[in-house]
Amino acid sequence: MNSAILYALLGGGLIGLASAGMLLANGRILGVSGILGGALRAKPGDTRWRVLFLAGLILGGLLIEPLGFTVMSLEVPRTWIHFVIGGFLVGLGTTIGNGCTSGHGVCGVSRLSPRSLVATATFMIMGIAAVGLIDHLFKAVFK
Amino acid sequence: MKAWLKFTGPFFGGIIFAIGLGVGGMTEAENILGFLDIFGQWKPALIFVMVGAILVYAVTYRLILRRKTPLFEKEFLIPKNKNIDRRLLLGAGLFGIGWGMTGLCPGPGLVSLSSGSEIAFVYVAAMIAGVLFGQSKWANRV
Repeated sequence: MNSAILYALLGGGLIGLASAGMLLANGRILGVSGILGGALRAKPGDTRWRVLFLAGLILGGLLIEPLGFTVMSLEVPRTWIHFVIGGFLVGLGTTIGNGCTSGHGVCGVSRLSPRSLVATATFMIMGIAAVGLIDHLFKAVFK
Repeated sequence: MKAWLKFTGPFFGGIIFAIGLGVGGMTEAENILGFLDIFGQWKPALIFVMVGAILVYAVTYRLILRRKTPLFEKEFLIPKNKNIDRRLLLGAGLFGIGWGMTGLCPGPGLVSLSSGSEIAFVYVAAMIAGVLFGQSKWANRV
């Protein structure tokens, strides 16, 4: 098997383990958007574990490069305007739709939750449509 | 000890989650846009990350739920809602558009802050604004 596929499966496995750990220890679904949303709501007694998870996520990012993987490359054919509008839509959409790639895409699909299966299909189709418009149609029309 | 573990668990969970994203190539926005780019140079990594994660979680989820309670809380908090409503479809659709515009969903977006890249901070600030707007009374009417 191609090593990129192997690393993808291994990385996914770690994400699955982190999600299982969250369920076993704290009894919750590991959904990044939900954890962030709850941290911003600042309900007493429900904030600390969320902030610690988010801190772990960001600090964990610092370990990626020492382990020999690319830490982050945001070098994509996009401008900062895409990141402002796109970031806002990601925050708004995951709040209204109660989840993102982790909560719906990994945990919900594993649980065969009908809402998560529909949400995952929807965000994948709309993501494919957005990329198709930005990287192909607009380029073809405005070049 | 229990109280300590209750809070360190999520911290280490966050670290393992971030490393998983990095190992799987999901901290490179290029790989995510490449997965969504079925009309161009398609990159399949994301689907294998999801398969790896789902294989592990689908099994462990069922084993863990044989317990009556989680280790450090009184009960499991699993969503029970089964209604496929307008908010779910609208929310997932808007999220998908933002995902395709940036190549970042919330996890990789937050992890990318560790790179110190300005564009990561722009993305996360905009995402937080979106979450707060989504929680506001205006978005409740949708």
